[in-house]
Amino acid sequence: MTAQLLTFYLFSGVILISSLMVISTKNPVHSVLFLILSFLNAAGLFVILHAEFLAMILIIVYVGAVAVLFLFVVMMLDFKTSINKDNILQYIPIGILIGIVFIAELIIVLINTKFDLSNIQVLPNPLSDFTGKSNTEAIGSVLYTDYILYFQLSGVILLVAMIGSIVLTLREREGVKRQVVSEQLQRQGKIDLVDVKSGKGVDV
Amino acid sequence: MIYLAQTYFIEVMTIILYCLLIFIPLLLGVVMALYADRKIWAAVQKRRGPNVVGPYGLFQVPADGLKFIFKEIILPDGSDKTVFLIAPIITLALSIAAWAVVPVQAGVVLANINVGILYIFAISSLGVYGILMAGWSSNSKYPFFGALRSAAQMVSYEVSIGFVIITVLLCVGSLNLTEIVMAQKTMWFFIPLFPMFIVFFISALAETNRPPFDLPEAESELVAGYQTEYSGMPFVLFMFGEYINILLMCAMTTILFLGGWLPPIDIYPLNAIPGFVWFLLKVTFVFYLFAMVKAFVPRYRYDQLMRLGWKVFLPLSLFAVVATSSILFFFNLAPGM
Repeated sequence: MTAQLLTFYLFSGVILISSLMVISTKNPVHSVLFLILSFLNAAGLFVILHAEFLAMILIIVYVGAVAVLFLFVVMMLDFKTSINKDNILQYIPIGILIGIVFIAELIIVLINTKFDLSNIQVLPNPLSDFTGKSNTEAIGSVLYTDYILYFQLSGVILLVAMIGSIVLTLREREGVKRQVVSEQLQRQGKIDLVDVKSGKGVDV
Repeated sequence: MIYLAQTYFIEVMTIILYCLLIFIPLLLGVVMALYADRKIWAAVQKRRGPNVVGPYGLFQVPADGLKFIFKEIILPDGSDKTVFLIAPIITLALSIAAWAVVPVQAGVVLANINVGILYIFAISSLGVYGILMAGWSSNSKYPFFGALRSAAQMVSYEVSIGFVIITVLLCVGSLNLTEIVMAQKTMWFFIPLFPMFIVFFISALAETNRPPFDLPEAESELVAGYQTEYSGMPFVLFMFGEYINILLMCAMTTILFLGGWLPPIDIYPLNAIPGFVWFLLKVTFVFYLFAMVKAFVPRYRYDQLMRLGWKVFLPLSLFAVVATSSILFFFNLAPGM
């Protein structure tokens, strides 16, 4: 057993346990914290795979930004009205159904897929040679050179979603006093700067 | 298991030794930074500052530390005790972990990883969790307000820090911290990227909750913010984590803009001085600026803070990314093109 294997089992074990805790703890804040723990360990798995760029992006985007906002919202909820134990049982049938669907999909995919790496060159846009490049460079050249159109499209879709949600929630409130910094800075003639001599005072 | 122990024993011991080589100077650095902070602040206000314990008051900080160790750890009755105690540990552990990739001299770095700058960015973006967990688990109003303010503040200023880092990376062409420093051999980046240097400096103040952006612990409004319920050792962990983060931000400013361990001019008496001395001098200088800002500038109001982050720094740094990449592209200056 090598150290790599040991760290793999460590990370994946923690992921499994913390994912289980996400759905089994009663306190929603604890759930989010366990979710963050499993994100972090997933990043650890990426590092073992030598995909350090993906690992860092996972931490920056999911843990550093998305989960913070998530925790932010959950913390402000009143979680004292927690779900009763017997209430959980009623969700079991639908849970089993979804589980069966997922397993069936996995089995179908695994049966029909031949893991033939020589097939990669048959792709509509064959991947270029990445030997000697760091994986940051490799991802960059695929994402921003080969698939630039899809990248830009997804960016535009996100922008539209963002503007849409801002427009939907924007309310003009009346009677709100706002500080206009540029007006304050341009204000002339109402303030005098006076050099006050010591012991003399000044006439206002 | 025995095989594993035999194979990796020496390796693990070396790693632990290296970790101590980072941790102990860092601890000394924090002690000196705390002392310097109070002394500079005092000098600006024409006070003496700490001057009783030891020569020139140098032992004031260790004495304070000892005092905190012997104090009782108070756990508030309604608090979530596990989260309450984990929060300061996370803050300290994360702030130390980030130092693993900081190069203090050519080749002198614990982990010279390819994505060094992303690693530091990722670790410092995790720092907000210590504060959020502390604020929430205290089960008290002031810590909670402090944590909410802090989360909003750190997330906002991280965005502009990210863009500033991208402008620097555009000029370097690598995410490796050593290569970022080596790219500044001809010119330190604070000259061509001066506006970004200012944005980074101010954002670093906000990111580390330093005055004038210390709203999460504003004593006039929130008692002590997220630290209100903490006492004894957990409080010291918060304090140390915070100062290690401040030193990290000073080191980042040095690496990204002030040429890391490189001497100002590459001539004989200057380049004979070992690199880590230059690094240390530059970090000290940036920390001096941090301390002076603390002494000079009054605290921002919360809406002013948000305005500065989202309406001034974000457009400015976004524009800088586009402008820098356009200039590099049209004048064929971009590395690797």
